[in-house]
Amino acid sequence: MPDTIPATKAELDARFTELYRAHLRDVYSYSYYRVGNHHDAEDLTEQTFLQAYRHFERALRESHGRPLRPWLIRIAHNLAANFYRDRSRKPESAIEDAGMISAPHTTESLVEGREELKTILAGVQQLPDDRREALIMRFALGMDNREIARALGRTDGATKVLLHRAIRQLESMVTENSADGAHAEPAG
Amino acid sequence: MSSGTTDFEALLREALSPVDPPADLAQRLELTLVNLTELAQEELEAWELSAMRDPRNWVRPAAAALVGVSAGTALVVLRVRSRHRARKQQSSNLLELAERTFQDIAEEARRILPDR
Repeated sequence: MPDTIPATKAELDARFTELYRAHLRDVYSYSYYRVGNHHDAEDLTEQTFLQAYRHFERALRESHGRPLRPWLIRIAHNLAANFYRDRSRKPESAIEDAGMISAPHTTESLVEGREELKTILAGVQQLPDDRREALIMRFALGMDNREIARALGRTDGATKVLLHRAIRQLESMVTENSADGAHAEPAG
Repeated sequence: MSSGTTDFEALLREALSPVDPPADLAQRLELTLVNLTELAQEELEAWELSAMRDPRNWVRPAAAALVGVSAGTALVVLRVRSRHRARKQQSSNLLELAERTFQDIAEEARRILPDR
């Protein structure tokens, strides 16, 4: 995206269209993993882009040429927080399976692999909010530390630590879960 | 970084694979954004500066400006409009159609504008 600020409304709209097309999937993926279902993810995505449209010119001015994806994700993040506060809801415990269906598997590993992925997804939902958000941004959206730091309003260093702790916590949750599952299996 | 950690991160990447938005969401959003800009533009262009001398004419351009900034409101209008045909088929008379339309507007406004 060019660094200059558009001179006309038409140019501004064209720039917004570029931003929207480049990041619709990111905003939708983020929304989906935050709210846990497609219906609310669509609502959240719509609201995010409408809000972004209203503040786009100012965001361009203040970004000084930096990528706007963290700004978009921050809008989605704030709207998701309001979404739960206003409707007194919590993220749904089990995420619909769409995210996993597209992942490549060999026939042999399909069942075993899916169970493991389900356990990981369930673990992600149990993490504290900031850790869950950081993992979604890193692994679903492929954002680097700097982008995540901007989206979460943290320093790069604090974000690195946050991600490290999130992965460690999730890994031990999944390991414990697997161990419990193995012990629970009936003998013979 | 240990290979166990790398393996776990690979699994995590697989579990959190990007999710494609439904095709109709992209179309709906583009339509909304196009309508937003066009609605506001048309309303403002239709009013000559001379017409602004009469205070009775101030309401519509002000409303047009509001459309430009209040994207959520426009979305309510678009959604209610898009369901107008279905309501028409379901309603046996005009009174019932009006009643359904008001219910729809209230429902959409509640959904789209939760914190206003």
